[in-house]
Amino acid sequence: MKERLDEILNEALDSLDKLDEIDAIEACRVRFLGRKGELTQILKSMGTIDPKERPIVGELANRIRNDIENKIKERTSFAVRRILVKQLSEETIDVTLPGKYFGRGGLHPISIVLDEIKEIFMSMGFSIAEGPEVELDYYNFEALNIPKNHPARDSQDTFYITENILLRTHTSPMQVRVMENQKPPIRIIVPGRVYRSDAVDATHSPIFHQVEGLLIDKNVSMGDLKAVLDTFAKELFGHSTRTKFRPHHFQFTEPSAEMDASCTTCGGNGCRICSYTGWIEILGAGMVHPKVLRGCGIDPDEYSGFAFGMGVDRITNLKYGIDDIRLLFENDIRFLQQF
Amino acid sequence: MHVPLEWLKDYVNIGITTHQLSELLIMSGSKVEAIHKLNSASGEEEVIEFEVTANRPDCLSILGIAREVAATLGTDLSLPVIPHLTNNDDINNLVRITVMDSELCPRYCARVIADINIRPSPEWMQKRLTLAGIRPINNIVDITNYVMLEMGQPMHAFDLDKISGKAVVVRKAYENESIETLDGKIRALSTDMLVIADIDKAIGIAGVMGGADSEITDATKRILLESAKFNQTNIRLTSKALGLRSDASTRFEKGIDVELAKKAIERAACLMQELNAGTVVGGLIDECSEEFKERVVRVDCSKINSLLGLSLSPDHIVEILRLPGIKIKMGDGFIDAVIPSFRADIEGNADLAEEVARIYGYDKIPLTIMGTSSVRGSKTRRQKLIDLIKDIFVGAHFYETVTYSFASPKVYASIGFDNPEKYPLSIAILNPLGEDQSILRTTLIPNMLEVLSRNYSRGQQNVRIFEIAKAFLPQSLPLKELPVEKALVSLAAYGDKTDFFAFKSIIELLMQKLGISHHVSYAPFIHPSFHPGRTAIIKYCGQTLGIFGEIHPIVASNYEMNGLRIMMAELDLDAILNEAQLQRKYVALPKYPAVKRDIAITVDKKLSAESILKLIREQAGDLLSEIELFDVYEGAQIPEGYRSLAYSLSYRAFDRTLRDDEVNKIHLKVTEGLEKMPGVKLRQ
Repeated sequence: MKERLDEILNEALDSLDKLDEIDAIEACRVRFLGRKGELTQILKSMGTIDPKERPIVGELANRIRNDIENKIKERTSFAVRRILVKQLSEETIDVTLPGKYFGRGGLHPISIVLDEIKEIFMSMGFSIAEGPEVELDYYNFEALNIPKNHPARDSQDTFYITENILLRTHTSPMQVRVMENQKPPIRIIVPGRVYRSDAVDATHSPIFHQVEGLLIDKNVSMGDLKAVLDTFAKELFGHSTRTKFRPHHFQFTEPSAEMDASCTTCGGNGCRICSYTGWIEILGAGMVHPKVLRGCGIDPDEYSGFAFGMGVDRITNLKYGIDDIRLLFENDIRFLQQF
Repeated sequence: MHVPLEWLKDYVNIGITTHQLSELLIMSGSKVEAIHKLNSASGEEEVIEFEVTANRPDCLSILGIAREVAATLGTDLSLPVIPHLTNNDDINNLVRITVMDSELCPRYCARVIADINIRPSPEWMQKRLTLAGIRPINNIVDITNYVMLEMGQPMHAFDLDKISGKAVVVRKAYENESIETLDGKIRALSTDMLVIADIDKAIGIAGVMGGADSEITDATKRILLESAKFNQTNIRLTSKALGLRSDASTRFEKGIDVELAKKAIERAACLMQELNAGTVVGGLIDECSEEFKERVVRVDCSKINSLLGLSLSPDHIVEILRLPGIKIKMGDGFIDAVIPSFRADIEGNADLAEEVARIYGYDKIPLTIMGTSSVRGSKTRRQKLIDLIKDIFVGAHFYETVTYSFASPKVYASIGFDNPEKYPLSIAILNPLGEDQSILRTTLIPNMLEVLSRNYSRGQQNVRIFEIAKAFLPQSLPLKELPVEKALVSLAAYGDKTDFFAFKSIIELLMQKLGISHHVSYAPFIHPSFHPGRTAIIKYCGQTLGIFGEIHPIVASNYEMNGLRIMMAELDLDAILNEAQLQRKYVALPKYPAVKRDIAITVDKKLSAESILKLIREQAGDLLSEIELFDVYEGAQIPEGYRSLAYSLSYRAFDRTLRDDEVNKIHLKVTEGLEKMPGVKLRQ
């Protein structure tokens, strides 16, 4: 009996070692361990063995069954793994083929730049105010020290609706409205759409966007104006950007200035973008005129402040190297998807 | 203002290169546009072109610029030579001047030059005029132009013998009066306009252009020289009304120093003599009603320093102020600035501060960080919600557009409005750039269609765009008060990736993200721009939020998108924002399993899916946790005018597992309720 059992074990192990298909392994299992399997037969004939021998033979037989089952497990998992490896290899794809186009969306470049500008000023404590685009002549001009028929109106060709209602030429009227309604300290930026009767060409559009700012408090000086705007320029264009303030004239500020930033394209060495000067004009600014303050009910002896304004479309074009302002309003998808 | 360097050097020493000079001038406030190098008979000449701001009319003259150069360089200014000889005649025998309107003409100076010798002016004068941008004509005209450029006072020369009645009147034009100006055009005048006239007619439009009749010709023997100050507003209005600008009118509009009239005429007389152009007749007529009164501004040094962020000593401030020609009067504890006649722009201490800053140097003002609050600015709820809405659309693969606020009055016909009486009330611009940009938009539909059309014509197969922008709705016309500026959310798309329901899912996404999906309802809607059967109005508790749907095929065709199925939505931003609810409260995940039941019904097509859903929900009550419409079917086995709807209902209680008999009871209620509804039949 013992020899027979050993024989079966060896035969089973030998056979299994040669098999690597699930079906064949199963067939082998059935041959040895199935209902009519060879080992099973032996175990059934245990009754013919001497009772004293039965425990020993029984134990041996169980051990052999375990060994065979372990070998079956081993060969089965080998077979399964083989199948998996083949499958994985067949599932190989060319990963260099293009991805399925799902569609994209995006914000308009003017919005992107506006958001950036808003962030910079919010981090300096400015809030955002927005005003009407159709305005009263009073708020757009007179309250800003530009009386009727003043030549300063010439530089801003205005669209009129009636004699006293117009399309705002800058966002400054909202600053006046805020000053009338709020006691200092005031720290706001006013982004928005503005209108000037300019014929459309590569650098002019009758509709464009500005961000203006206003800061009114006690003891505000031109040194503060320079610092805030210099910081803004560095945040927007990069920390190596330098700024330069030149005297200029606006009716609603005194002293007035224009600020240039070092050309981001050439770093200030001179190139076509900056007309070889190394500088690009970015914004206008100045200390709010005492007449304007007084007109809003703010005492210029107690408070002072500064204001500034910039053209967002222009800055957008500078930032992205866009050479034609009309592209911003044509909304060609091939343009919009670049940002 | 073009300033030839060679001319400028008559009045001020320069000693540095032109380039260096222009750098300094830019930093002290005279903006150099360009340095021109031109070739002339005497070699290369440099001309600096300045941009002169509206507040500095004194810089519309070589002397004015020279003054700025002297102030910038800290050097002296040499003024031009004025004295001349006169003959023994008396001008008062030759002509009488009457100023009828002294408000419009505060000063009128006149001289007569006799024995006129018309010929070209000398080379040096012609060269200077040419470089400065004025064409030389003859010595007489050239001298008037020369003095205008040199001192900033426009002048005019009349042929004295062509002036009728030996009288010149400065008056307003009469009704229906006209004049032929020097350029050969006949101009109709209005009674607001100031003219120079003789006893018969107008011989010149004051401050703008002289008349052709009294023009200087080769035959001219005697001239009347005019050097006057005219009211700036009146000249500006006249110039605008006639559409006529001249070197003279541009200067008058910006305001002339009243002291110049006399100085300039004497300078002109001097040149007449120097150039042998004629003999200066004795006597100067000076009709002056505006005496120059010295203006004094108290200098507040501490205010100047605090405004600029500097700490200059009063002596230093005084030293700086003297440079551009301001005189200083010091007293016991005070300093007064005496403002010269050519600086009408200096009115108060702030203006003095600007003088100090620009001459001291803007670049010398140190940058200071303010000692104010370090609180971060924040956005309003509305601003934050707009950002969120934009992010939602970008995430749904829409591109943001920026379009013009203008529209053409004809646009309503293009977007399907057949009856002009039904056109929305629109605001018209008085001076538009063109007819197709002459009204303010009341809807963004045309803008979206234009952008779609443009992209379609450029070969784009799939376009998805959005814009959040204003439309302008007048309360009434003509406009008496500011209009309502309505913020609209506009969405538009075409292409194989979109159809009505795909588009609707974007709207639903928006509603869900803004927390208002529960009470939003959709109902069919008719709008001229949209397909009558594929348009919905969106309501929230009875409030209209907007409309969306497929654009009417005729409208699509009007925009060159024939046959294209275009989806569009126009929503009222503020209506949505008013209801938006960003607050979220967590709802516990279900602990107990759901029991599913399906229902299939045949429904009259006239019944909306929403009405069926409403009934099911009402009948099922709270234990219905989910309901999904998983099939809509028309065709074989379904009678004409009917469709089959199949729903999968999930019943669930949050606190226990529902028993079958409980579910059956509720489900029965639902099926009975459906059976009772007219037009609805249960399917097996």
